[in-house]
Amino acid sequence: MGKYILRRLTIALPSLLGISLILFVLLALAPGDPFGELATNSNIPPEVAAALRVKFGIDDPILIRYVRWLMAMLQGDWGFSFASRINVDQLILQRIPTTLFVVGSSQILALAVALPVGVYAAMRPYSIFDQIANAVAFIGFSLPTFFTGLLLILIFSVNLGWLPFVYRTDIAATGWLWYWENFKQAIMPVAVLGLFQAASYTRYVRSAVLDVIRLDYVTTARSKGLGERKVIVKHVVRNALIPVVTLVALQMPAVFGGAIVTEQIFRIPGIGSLLISSILANDTPVIMAVTFVFACLVVVFNLLADIIYGWLDPRISYR
Amino acid sequence: MAGLTHASPTVDVVPHQGRRRRISPGLEAWRKFRRHRMAVASAAILTVLTSAVLLGPLIWRVPINEIDFTARLATPSWQHPFGTDDLGQDLLARMLYGGRISLAVGFAAMAVAIVVGILIGAISGIARGSVDAVLMWITDLFLSLPQLPLLLLVIYLFRDFLKNWVGPEGGVFILIVLVIGGFRWMPVARLVRAQFLSLREKEFVEAARALGATTPRLVIRHILPNSLGPVIVAGTIDVAAAIIAESTLSFLGLGFPPDIPTWGRLLFDAKDYLDIAPHWALFAGAAIFLTVLAINFIGDGLRDALDPRKVM
Repeated sequence: MGKYILRRLTIALPSLLGISLILFVLLALAPGDPFGELATNSNIPPEVAAALRVKFGIDDPILIRYVRWLMAMLQGDWGFSFASRINVDQLILQRIPTTLFVVGSSQILALAVALPVGVYAAMRPYSIFDQIANAVAFIGFSLPTFFTGLLLILIFSVNLGWLPFVYRTDIAATGWLWYWENFKQAIMPVAVLGLFQAASYTRYVRSAVLDVIRLDYVTTARSKGLGERKVIVKHVVRNALIPVVTLVALQMPAVFGGAIVTEQIFRIPGIGSLLISSILANDTPVIMAVTFVFACLVVVFNLLADIIYGWLDPRISYR
Repeated sequence: MAGLTHASPTVDVVPHQGRRRRISPGLEAWRKFRRHRMAVASAAILTVLTSAVLLGPLIWRVPINEIDFTARLATPSWQHPFGTDDLGQDLLARMLYGGRISLAVGFAAMAVAIVVGILIGAISGIARGSVDAVLMWITDLFLSLPQLPLLLLVIYLFRDFLKNWVGPEGGVFILIVLVIGGFRWMPVARLVRAQFLSLREKEFVEAARALGATTPRLVIRHILPNSLGPVIVAGTIDVAAAIIAESTLSFLGLGFPPDIPTWGRLLFDAKDYLDIAPHWALFAGAAIFLTVLAINFIGDGLRDALDPRKVM
C-alpha cells in the first residue's frame, strides 16, 4: 500500500507542475505590464524603472521566469496582497479552514444522501421509488446552485426568518451556543452544495450498483445463506463504489466551483469569496495564489480518491 | 451467408423479394427517442423557449432599457407580465433578450468543445503511441483543472484586451464561448478516442483499408460517422453545462457587462431585492432551470436512442 501511494504521488506531482505552468503562461500571455504604471508615473525616473525591471527580471525568457516563480512559491513566498495589505499566504491560511469545512460537510451530506438512495433504487429498479428518485435527481442537478441558494434564502431567511443568511466567523457566543449558531448558519450553504452533488452521485451509485448486483458472485453470496443486508453492504456496495469513487473524483473541480458560488451567495469568508473580491479589486497576486490553491486541492482530492481505490480493491494497489 | 444468424432475436426477417422497407438510422433513432416521454416533452419545451427568445422581441416590442421610475419593482401585471426591476425596466423584454445570449453561448460553447474534442480524440485514437500518451496526459490534466477559478482568471486577465479589440459585447461573448468550450472538450475527446480505438480494428474499416483508402478518408468517411452517437449525447449535456457556466459567471458579476441582461445577470441584480421583489429572481432562475432541465432530459432521450448496444 505504501508503495502504491508513492506511485500515485509521482503521478500527481507532474500534474501539479503542469497546472502551475498553465497558470504562469496565462499570466505571462495576458496583455498589460505589471510595471506599466511605473513607466507612466512621472515621479519615477526612467532609469529607476529600468533598474527595477532588471531586478525583477521582467524581460527574461519565460521559462526562467517560470522556474523563479515556482521556486518562490515553493519557499512560501506567495507575494503581497495589494488590497488587504498582508502576505498572500497568511490571507489564504485565514480563509481556507472555512472553505474546507463547508466543502467537506457538503460532500459528507451528498454521500449520506446518495449512497442509501442510489443503492435502494438499484435494488428495486423501475419501481415507484426508483422513478421518483430518478426524477428528483434530474431536477436536482438541473437546478444551478446560485438559484437554489437564493430560493433557500427567500424561504428560510426572508419569509420564515429561521436561519441567518450571512455567514459569520465572529459569533459572540461560547460553549454550546457557539456550536448551535455555527450549525444554524452552515445549514443552508452545506445543503445547497451537498444536495446538488447528491443528485448526480445518486445516479452514479444507482448505475454502479445495477452493474454489480446481477453478477454471479452476488448470487453465490446469497445462496450460501448470507443475509440480504450483508450481501448488499459487504459484497455489492464495496465493488460498486469503485467506479463511484472515480466519478466523485472527477466531480471535484465542479465541487470547488460550486463552493465559490455558495460562498459568494451566503457571504462565507472562504477562499472562494476571496477569489471574487480580489478579482473585483484587481489584486493579481491573490488571484493567482487562490487559483493555484484550488488546483492543489483538486489534485489532493484526486490523490485521496486513488488511495480509497487501493483500499476498496486491493488488486489495484498490487498492480 | 447473410441472414443465418440475426444480431438480436428481435430483428425482423426482411423479405428478400418485393419491396424492402428500409429504415434509415435517423428514423430508427427518432423511433427510440419518441419512447422517452420526458425527452419528447422537453424537446417541445425547448422549442417553445427557443422560438420565444428568437421571435418574442418581434412581438413584445418594449425596449429592454426603458426606465420608468413610476413602476419600480412592480409585480407582474398585464402591462408588465413579468414585473419590473429596480429601474422600472420591463423584465419580460429583458428576459427575452438575455435568453438569446444565454442560449447562443450554450450552443456556441458546445460547438467549440465538440470540435476540439473530436480533433484531439481522433488524432489520439489514430496516432496511438507517444502522441496518444501525450494528448491523453493533457486531457487528464485538463480534467483535474479547477474550471471555475481558471475561467474567472482567464476572463480577468484577457477581458480588457478583447474589449479593446472587438468591442465590449462581442469581446466578452468570444472570450466566454472560447473559455467555456475550452474547458469542456475532455469528455468528448475521451469518448472519440475510445470509439476510434475499437472501430479501427473492425472489419469494415479493414475492408476499406484493403481497398486502398487513405487514412484521412478512413477517418472521415468510415470511423468518424460511426463514433458520433456518444458525441451527440455529450454535446447535448455540454449545452446545459455551458448555459450554467455562463449564468454562473454573470451571477458572480464577472460575465457580460451590466447593460446586457443575461439570465445570470438578472439573478445577480435581483439578489439584493429578494425580500421586496422576489418575482425578479424567480423568473430568471426558473428560465435557467427549465432550459437546463429540458436539455438534460433530451440528452437522456438521445442516449437511449443512439446507443447501438440497446436492443429494443
